[in-house]
This record gives sequence, C-alpha cells and structure tokens, in this order.
Amino acid sequence: MASLTSLASLGEATTATPDGRPRGLRTRQRRRLNVFRYLVFTVFGLFFLVPLLAMIRFSLQGSRAGSWSLAAWRQIASYQGTGVPPLISAVEITLELAVITSVVMLMLLVPTMIWIRLRVQWISRLFEFLCLLPLTIPAIVLVVGLGPVYNRIQHYNLSALMLFWVYVVLALPYAYRALAAGLNTLDVRTLSEAARSLGAGWLTVMLRVIVPNMWQAILNSLLLTWALVLGEFTIAYLLLYENLQVELYSISRNTPNAGVLFSTSAASLIFAFLLLLVLSFVGRRRSRG
Amino acid sequence: MEGLSRRYGQVVALDRLDLTVRPGELVVLLGPSGCGKTTTLRLLAGLEDADAGQINVGGRDITHLPANKRDMGMVFQAYSLFPHMTVLENVAFGLRLRRIGRAARMRRARQMLDLVGLSQQADRYAHQISGGQQQRVALARALAIEPQVLLLDEPLSALDAKVRAQLRDEIRRIQLEVGITTLFVTHDQEEALAIADRVGVMRDGHLEQLGSPLEVYSRPATSFVAEFVGLTNRLAGEVRSPGTVTVRGCGLPLVDPGVPAGPVVALVRPEAVSVASNGAGSDGVPGDSPDGAGGGPLEGTVIATTFLGAVSRITVDLGDTTVMAQVPTADASALPAGSRVRLTIRPDPVLVASGSQS
Repeated sequence: MASLTSLASLGEATTATPDGRPRGLRTRQRRRLNVFRYLVFTVFGLFFLVPLLAMIRFSLQGSRAGSWSLAAWRQIASYQGTGVPPLISAVEITLELAVITSVVMLMLLVPTMIWIRLRVQWISRLFEFLCLLPLTIPAIVLVVGLGPVYNRIQHYNLSALMLFWVYVVLALPYAYRALAAGLNTLDVRTLSEAARSLGAGWLTVMLRVIVPNMWQAILNSLLLTWALVLGEFTIAYLLLYENLQVELYSISRNTPNAGVLFSTSAASLIFAFLLLLVLSFVGRRRSRG
Repeated sequence: MEGLSRRYGQVVALDRLDLTVRPGELVVLLGPSGCGKTTTLRLLAGLEDADAGQINVGGRDITHLPANKRDMGMVFQAYSLFPHMTVLENVAFGLRLRRIGRAARMRRARQMLDLVGLSQQADRYAHQISGGQQQRVALARALAIEPQVLLLDEPLSALDAKVRAQLRDEIRRIQLEVGITTLFVTHDQEEALAIADRVGVMRDGHLEQLGSPLEVYSRPATSFVAEFVGLTNRLAGEVRSPGTVTVRGCGLPLVDPGVPAGPVVALVRPEAVSVASNGAGSDGVPGDSPDGAGGGPLEGTVIATTFLGAVSRITVDLGDTTVMAQVPTADASALPAGSRVRLTIRPDPVLVASGSQS
C-alpha cells in the first residue's frame, strides 16, 4: 500500500549515507512526508465525511428508490396549530442558553485563572483537577444528581434557561483547557508587574493587559462551549426541557417518515457548523485587525 | 533603605540591609545569584513585601505603599512589552493610566522614543523588533511617567554580548541626561564597573562593600570582593614583619597592617604580575617556599595563554602552584606554551584571604 511504501522509503532515506547531496535528500524526505500527510488526511476525512454524506443522501430520498425528494426536510419546518412553531422557540432557547453559558463561563474562569497565575500559584493544580472533573462524569449520572435540585427549580416554573449553569459545569473542562493554553503563551507575571510598576491597579492589569492578549483563547473556549450547548441532548431531555436537540428528536419521533430522523440530524449539524464558522470568522477578523 | 530584611521560609534573602542612594546617582548592585540583589530591587519596587525595615524615597516612608502607587519606573530582565500594543502605545501606557490627554500623551511618548533612538519603530509591535530594541522601548516606557527612581533588573542579561555593551553605555548616557536616581542590578562585574557611580557588592543578603568602581576594584574591603570583582591569584605567603607579607621571596605591602604574623594566603591581581622570558637558565635565589624542577620561586613554565583582545592572560606553572598574569598581547605572543619564564610581582598593597590566618 502507498502508506507502507512511503514509510519504508522514509526508513531507507535515513539509513542511506547522504554525503553527495544532503539538500536533495531533505526535499525528497519532505515530499514523502507531505504525501503521507495528505494520505492520512484523506483517509480520515473520508471516514468522517462518508457517513455524513450518506445521511444527507438518505434524507433526500424519495418514496421510490433512486428518486429525490425534500419531503423529509419540509417536515421539519411544518407544524400544526397556532403560535410560534416549537422548533423556532427551541432554537431560540438553545441560542440564548449558548450565550448565557458562555458569558457566565468567561466571567467565572478568566478572572479566576489570571488571579491564580498571578497570586496563588499553588492552587493551580487543584483548580485544574476541579475543572476537568466534569469530563469524568457521564451525563446520566449528572442528571440523577441534579434531579432533586431541578425539581425544586421547576416548582418555581422557570424557563429552560435555568439549564445554563449545568451547561457551565459541562463545558468547564473544554473552556478551561482553551483558556489555559492561551495563558501559557503569555508571561503573565512579568506583564502584570510591568503594568503595576507603571501605575495600573489589578483590574486594569486584567482588562487592559492580560485579556487583550487572550482573544484567540477566549474565542476557542467560546467555540467549544457553543458546540457543546448546541449539541446537548441528554440532560435537557431527562429534565423535560425543550432545547434544540430535544425538539429535533421529538419531531423525528412523531412522523412515520424515517428520513426525517436523518434530515433533523443533518439539519442540526449543518446549523451548528454554520454558526461556529461565523464565530471563528469573526475571531479571525479581530485578530487580523 | 534601612534594616531591610526578607526571608523565604528558612532562607534569609536579605539581612538588615542599609543602603542610601543619592539623587541622580547610579548605584549598581553586584553579586552572585542568590545574594539578594534582585530581592532588594523588588522590595524597593513594591513587588514584594519586606519582613522588617523601612524604605524612604525623597524623605517619604513608602514601605507599605502598593507597587502601583510608588512612582517608580522598572525595566525587567524578561521582555515585558505588551504584545497587543504598538511601541508607541506601550510607551504611552503609563501616561494613559494617569489620564493624560491623547495629544500630550503621544507627544511625550515620541519624545521618549527619540531619547532612546527608536522613533522609526513607533508603529511596530514587540515581536517585530529585536531584543535590544525591546529593552530600549521598555526603558522609554519606564521613563515616560517621570518617576522618582529608575529600577533595572538585569536588563541586559537576555541580550548578546555586543548589544549588551552598546546598550549599557546607552543606558548610562540616558540616565545622565535625564538625571534620574537609578538602581541597577547585575551579576556581570564588567557592566557594573563600566557604568556605576557606586557599586554595592552583595553576598548572602549583606552588602560587602559599597564604593566607587575604582575603590571596589583596587581596594576591595574583603577577600570575597577581591575574588568576585576581577580575577585574583591566591598565593601562599607568610607575614614576618607587620605590614608586609612575603610571597615567594617577594615582600609585598599589606592593605591591612594589623594582620598577625604567620602563614597567610595573599590575593594578587594578574595585572600586578609581569612575565619575562627566562631562556638563559635559572639564576634565582631559592626562596622560602618549595618550587618545582629547579629555578627560583618565581620561575616556571607557561601552560596556556588566553587571548582577550588588547591583553592576554598567561597561566604559568610554578611547580607547586599556578599563577595568572595579564600582559599586553604583543608581549604574550613571544611566550608560547612551554617557554620558561620568570615572574615579577609589582609591590601593590595586597589583601589576605580571610580565614587563612591560623
């Protein structure tokens, strides 16, 4: 196979004595490495894309084999009854949840992480452990634990937006990692000392000196948080709330057309993808400007 | 600073340090790592708190004032420019904090950049200029706020040798032009001697000596200073009569006439030792100390020559010990390794190593 031969020839290249043309050897090695890279990229790309394409293809399937039809997609948009279609309100709620979750997350994490780095470094390991903890807890277990709490909350009849703090906990590991990576590229200590010696208070140090250098990291954490909130199903479903995924699920359950299952999945994926694309585009604009 | 003390757990970083810097003076704190010089600077800046003692600036007690209220400019060892701002914005940062209007701010920032010679780089970012240029911008930034004191924490350590030499002269020039009281910390004695009004040699949290560069070099107060600042030969000798030590047959005056009689270790500078070829065979008088294969106590063989530019350092094996001599390079080239030579020690006053008297 191509990858095996490229691997083998890589091995050859390193054991051969290149006293004649070292430069030629390196370009050949690089070219081989590039070929290898493209190969791996293609293989894995297909591995992920093919099922998605199959899903979209199936969602566009008509009643007869080989025909095309948008019926499954139209089903998503249709609704019975008056008032706001449940899908739209679900999208609205999910988007609001995404915004609230990311804002709360940033307000919580950014000042805390900067403070830890500056003043209380010995806590950082403990803090990292706490932030990564939610990764180890399956969603079902979280729900079982949160059940009694949400029973209380539902007693007061508050909206699905109350899901936000569960989502903050869920997204904590991802947001933490993204922000930590950004902070690691900065010499936080020297920068803050320089700013302080020039007369800046701690708030100025944080807002005018550290955060402006963290935009890429903040954006990354936003992307991860949004991706999580847009795709979250288990907790919302089990706690009987109606966010985007739950709504798509109930649409697909309530129709006899199997294709709707696929069209809703594809729809939510495309929606999330577009949203994240927009977000990252905004970020790239900002860092260039 | 009076009675300044600072400890980290069991380690005493500063032990009741007293230091007064006069207005407009440039004092360099010199010493090996861990001697407490950086701690002193950071205590002065307010970046750390003293355990005991007092700090007065301009007659005012600032010991308990937080760092951002101390009106001091500081240049750090690590590159400290704000990456998200241009050079001009960096320099203007301190002024912006003091709510100075934009026009006045930019004018002063440009003035400062002129002072350090970087007006062309005003719109560049930190990652687009060299290390030496970054430190100059840091200096401009520190001076822009017109502080009472300028603090420099080994600002040249991260730079390469040539840039270091140029920049240290620049710093001195600017400091004299602005006339600002400055405290400079370094472990490089060449730097210290080149630019200081006074040098404070520190060790283990104490000031060993505080004086002009010439004083510290030619009249070291302790053997630590003698051995840290410049090179020294340690030669066995004996004090027979008060005020004179006999080293390898030569009588040398002592800095401290009160040294009691007995065997001592004398500290002799390499530039006090001159080397002459001894090709005609030995005719030296045998001295009191045993020597190598024949010849007088100051006769030996050249082991190595280190080329240092205008001068060269010759290492001579005298049989039982080696001695370093510093001679003009032209003379050194006539004495390759293996040549037999005779040394002469100039009768400059010498120190004896403390603890070497029995």
